[in-house]
Amino acid sequence: MLRFVVRRLLQMCMVVVVLSMLVFVWLRSLPGGPVSAILGERQTPQRRAALEAALGLDQPLPVQYLKFMERAIQGNFGVSTKVLPGEDALDVFLSRLPATIELSLLALFLAITLGIPLGYLAARRQGSVTDTTAVIFSLVGVAVPVFFTAFLLKYFFAVEWNLLPVSGRQTTGLDATRVTGMFVLDGVLTREWDAAWDAVKHLILPAVALATIPFAVIFRITRASVLDVLDEDYVRTAEAKGLTAQVIRGRHVLRNAMLPVVTTVGLQVGGLLAGAVLTETVFSYRGVGDALATAFREKDYPVLQVLILAAAVIYVLVNLLVDIAYAVIDPRIRTR
Amino acid sequence: MTHHPMGSAEPLLAVRDLRVTFQRHGEKAFRAVDGVSFDVRPGQTVGLVGESGCGKSVTSLAIMGLLPKRGNRVEGTAIFDGEDLLSLSPSAMRDRRGADIAMIFQDPLSSLNPVVTIGRQVTEVMERHQGLSRKDATPKAAELLERVGIPDPRARLINYPHQLSGGMRQRALIAMALACNPRLLIADEPTTALDVTIQAQILALLKELVVDTGTALVMITHDLGVVAGLCDEVNVLYGGKIVERGGRHGLFQRPRHPYTVGLLNSIPRLDAPRGEKLSPVPGSVADNLPWDSACAFAPRCPNVLDVCTQEQPGWDGDQVVGYRCFNPMGGPR
Repeated sequence: MLRFVVRRLLQMCMVVVVLSMLVFVWLRSLPGGPVSAILGERQTPQRRAALEAALGLDQPLPVQYLKFMERAIQGNFGVSTKVLPGEDALDVFLSRLPATIELSLLALFLAITLGIPLGYLAARRQGSVTDTTAVIFSLVGVAVPVFFTAFLLKYFFAVEWNLLPVSGRQTTGLDATRVTGMFVLDGVLTREWDAAWDAVKHLILPAVALATIPFAVIFRITRASVLDVLDEDYVRTAEAKGLTAQVIRGRHVLRNAMLPVVTTVGLQVGGLLAGAVLTETVFSYRGVGDALATAFREKDYPVLQVLILAAAVIYVLVNLLVDIAYAVIDPRIRTR
Repeated sequence: MTHHPMGSAEPLLAVRDLRVTFQRHGEKAFRAVDGVSFDVRPGQTVGLVGESGCGKSVTSLAIMGLLPKRGNRVEGTAIFDGEDLLSLSPSAMRDRRGADIAMIFQDPLSSLNPVVTIGRQVTEVMERHQGLSRKDATPKAAELLERVGIPDPRARLINYPHQLSGGMRQRALIAMALACNPRLLIADEPTTALDVTIQAQILALLKELVVDTGTALVMITHDLGVVAGLCDEVNVLYGGKIVERGGRHGLFQRPRHPYTVGLLNSIPRLDAPRGEKLSPVPGSVADNLPWDSACAFAPRCPNVLDVCTQEQPGWDGDQVVGYRCFNPMGGPR
């Protein structure tokens, strides 16, 4: 098991290095470039050349990359030019991270706690009204773009019915103590319950919007997987043993049916990162996704580099966790 | 019934006129089991023999109450110990399964849960039916594994199915089936997925266990070799009906139904001359006629008469020996 984890960690490092190269080359092949971003489009060639030399952009790409990596390893990704001018790019990412973690965790929690039980129920009642309704809802969930769902939720729940806040992470003027930067957790830790509740209210709509696609995918995979497992010989064996319905459900059906679901949850984290860009923009929720959208629009190259690399690292890390979880629940991977 | 070795004992299981109809949405109903009746006496081994699709497995699943509720209609009775299994409530049947009646399946790998240890899969039956704690059931599970001939049983308890060989897996399944000392064991093709030497070991084990424990055994197989070595009484099924029944010796020495003869002739023999071709039963079950107005086997039968395609042959015999044929081998008795 330890060897398995170490091997996967080494593989992960290689993936991150390759990714960093791709991100580096890709960002430099975008039209415009940092010089135009800083100086604007109309400048004399002399001033452009001077800035290029100052930034080291006149050197060959591999040299630039090595310098970039040298600084990156020391945690120096440069200074933000547009998102938070003058701030360290890595700090911009770190200051936005808790908000997005909070949002993504809640969305993932909603998607899992609704998707898995509903998927199981739909499979057990295949062809029933419950099943058909749930399948249709999940189709809608997959098909409708996140930003549209987000707008609809915002329009009805925040604007029309005035039940939840329209945007942001906190009511302006609310004085809350910061500990982790995750507002709900902070409220609980400091026992500032009104602050925690306020943060929850701000989280609900973005989290629901962000959860729709992962929910629909997890639901469908669970349903299909449970249907497959119900047909397995070992479920019939369990029935032939006269085991109780609870034991058959938990030990024999769900434990096996969860294998593909775990993989899917890992892949959905990638989708959450992409969804966060849209959701956070619609709800003006100051998280990583919002920062990424701003950085793109304003061509803030240092911030873009940090955010894209960080997203890649998070994605790879989550999939490492998924692989470990997989080995924990499936002995055929753990023991050979 | 004087010529039967255990004719005097009350049957442990008496199946009468069992009918199973598959009714899928938008399809014609198909009767997979069509009026099957047989007895199993305590300690007796009864074979249900026939080719794929003859209804032998469906018969066993119907008795166990393991056919899906949807799309299947089960009629008739299966009296076990004075109770009709087919009219028990699902929860009462759940109490019987694994305790009084146990079952062994064909493919030991797919019949074992891949993510649960062998030990847990054995103890869970005892926890369920004998009210044992997991801790108390574990040494008993090791004893069971030892009894079915699994070496180093304590170490095997924490193994997963994929870590065992095919033969060991089938032994583990047998251990699970025997965990609560059932009075009736149904074995559905228990050796089909195993290679020949392992088959012989598993059959020898089943025979030994049946003798030791006095468990009655219903052996479902397509393999007459298995029947010859194990069964006291043999029922040959064709198209969902029993077409011939007899004691093992009588059936092998003087088969009456042409289908039984065909099955016997299709077994490869060691004493046959080299290069002699096997003689399979011609045609396939797809050629079957409906039993309502004919003998289902008629299109494949070497002894076919005109009447065979016009009337349903009746049962000529009793609960111990008999056949269903207008023109049996060796002439009518």
